[in-house]
Amino acid sequence: MQKINCLQDEFLESLVNVDRVEAASLFEKCYSKYQRFDLLEKMVIKSLTEIGDNWEKGKASLAQVYISGIICEELIDKYLPDVKKADDTNPIIAIGVLEDHHALGKRIVHSILKVSGYKVIDLGYGLSPKIMVEKAIENKVEILLISTLMLESALEVKKVKEILNNRNQSMTVVVGGAPFRLDNKLWENVGADYFGRTASDITEIIEKVVLSNE
Amino acid sequence: MSKNKMSSLERVMTAISHKEPDKVPLFLLLSIYGAKEMSLSPKEYFSEADNIIETQIKVKKKYNNDLFYTFYYAGIEIEAFGGEVIFTNEGPPNTGRPIINKLSDIDNLKVPEIKSNPHLKKVLDTTKALEKEDGKNTPIIGVVMSPFSLPIMQMGFEKYLETIYFNKKEFNKLMQLNQEFCINWANEQLSAGATAICYFNPLASPNNIEKKTYLKTGYPIDKYVISKINGPVATHLASGITKPVIEQIIETNSLVLGISNRDNLEELKKIAKGRICLLGNLNAIEMTNWTLEKAKKEVRNVLDTTKEGGGLILSDNHGEIPWQVDQEILMKIAETVDKYGRYE
Repeated sequence: MQKINCLQDEFLESLVNVDRVEAASLFEKCYSKYQRFDLLEKMVIKSLTEIGDNWEKGKASLAQVYISGIICEELIDKYLPDVKKADDTNPIIAIGVLEDHHALGKRIVHSILKVSGYKVIDLGYGLSPKIMVEKAIENKVEILLISTLMLESALEVKKVKEILNNRNQSMTVVVGGAPFRLDNKLWENVGADYFGRTASDITEIIEKVVLSNE
Repeated sequence: MSKNKMSSLERVMTAISHKEPDKVPLFLLLSIYGAKEMSLSPKEYFSEADNIIETQIKVKKKYNNDLFYTFYYAGIEIEAFGGEVIFTNEGPPNTGRPIINKLSDIDNLKVPEIKSNPHLKKVLDTTKALEKEDGKNTPIIGVVMSPFSLPIMQMGFEKYLETIYFNKKEFNKLMQLNQEFCINWANEQLSAGATAICYFNPLASPNNIEKKTYLKTGYPIDKYVISKINGPVATHLASGITKPVIEQIIETNSLVLGISNRDNLEELKKIAKGRICLLGNLNAIEMTNWTLEKAKKEVRNVLDTTKEGGGLILSDNHGEIPWQVDQEILMKIAETVDKYGRYE
C-alpha cells in the first residue's frame, strides 16, 4: 500500500508552534482528502512521540509537550468520538500522582495513552501509598503508572511495592517524574519495575509488559 | 579546615566581581535540611523564626558555609496569598489546592500586604536577626519566586500553561499582580537586611518553556521586575538548563546565575566569564546516594572546570539540599572546597 504522509511534517510544526488553529486546519485537510481515521491517529502519535523525544534531548519544552498533547486530545475527540473505542484486549492501566499535588506529568502521559488507543483509569493526585494501592486493586489494575514531583514522594514508591507484595498483587509498577529523571538509579532503588523517561516510553513499556505476559 | 583569610561576605563579593578570592565560596542551601539539623519535623521547624535563625548560625560554622539563607519553602508565597501548604515528614511542604481555580478568580486576587502577613513576617524577622548576628561578614540571601513562575503554584502547572498560550488577557492581569507583589517582597527583605535576592524562575528554562515563548512572555517581566529590586539579584532556574537563555539573564543585570547539572560547565564558563557569576551545579537528588569519594569527585569537577578567574560559587543545582542527603556528604563537600577550591 502506498505510504501516505498526510501533512505529517506540517502538523508537527503546528504543534511545535503551539498553533491550535493551524493544527485543526491540517487535521481537517487530511480527513477531507483521505477519509481515514487511522491516518489522523498515526499523525498524532508520530508527532507527540517526536516532541517527547525532543524534550528528552533538550530540543523541546515541557510546555510544548503538554500543550501539543491537549491539542491532539481535542482533535482526536472531535474526529474519533465513537469510531475508535479503546481496545478491550489491552491491560487495565491506571495512573496516579503519589503524595504530590502536581498533575502535569500525569496529564501528559494520559494524553499520549488516550490518543494511542489505551483506556487509562485516573486515580487522582495527592495519593498516599495505601490509598493508591487500594484504588488500584479495586479497579483490578494490571499496570500502575506512578507520577511524582518531589524526591520524598518518589521514595514512597517503596511503600507502594511493599503494600502490593503484602496483598499478593502482581501488578507492574512504572514510575516517572522529575526525581527519576535526575537520578538514573532511583527507579531501581525504590523497587519499580520500569521507568518511563518520556510519556512515549510508556507505550513501549506497555507493549513489553503485554508480550511478557503472553 | 584551613584558616580563612576573607570573611564570607568579602569572599562572595570578590567572586561575584570576577576576581579570585581566597577560595571558592560555598553555598550549601540548607532550608528544609535545617529541620533535620534541629531534629524537628518540618512543620515544627518552620513554625518559629528562631529555629531558622539558630540553624543558619549553626550550619554556617558546621559546614564553613558562606551565607545565611532565609528561604523557608516556595509555598510560603502561596500562604501569603491565602493558600495552603501541606507539610510532610522529610521534605519541603507541597502547595495544596490552587488559589486560582478558574480564570475569573484572577479578578478577585489581592496583592498581599507584606509586613502584616504572618508567613512573610517570619522571614523578615529571620533576616533582621541574622543581619544583627553577622550581617557585616556574612551575606544574607533572601528568596522570591519570579512573577512568571509563581502561577505554577497559584494555578497548577497545566492550567497556567493553558493560560500563557490561550488566555493572554488573563495572563497579563495575573502578571501585573505578581509583579507588584514580587517587587514589594524583594525590597522588604532587602530593607530588613538581606544582602541580595535569589530570584527563582524555573519556567524561564527552555526545559520548561521554549525560548521563543519566553522572550514574548516572561523575559520582559523579568527585566522589569529585576530592575525594580533595590539590590543585587541572583537568577536561579531550579535545575532547568540555562545556556540557551543566559544572554537574556545577563541582560536583566542579574549578577549570579544558578545553573543546572545538565548545563555544560566549560561552555557556560566561556560565555559567563567576566559577565555573570555561576552558582552550582551539584546534582542534589543524586547526592542522596553519593559515596564520600563521589562527592569529592563531583566537587572537584566543578572547581577544576570553573573556578579560574573567580565568578564561581559552589552550590547544588536546584536551590535546596534534600533532607535525605547524609551530613557526612555535606562535610565532604565543604572539606573538598576548602582544600581544592583555594586560589594560589
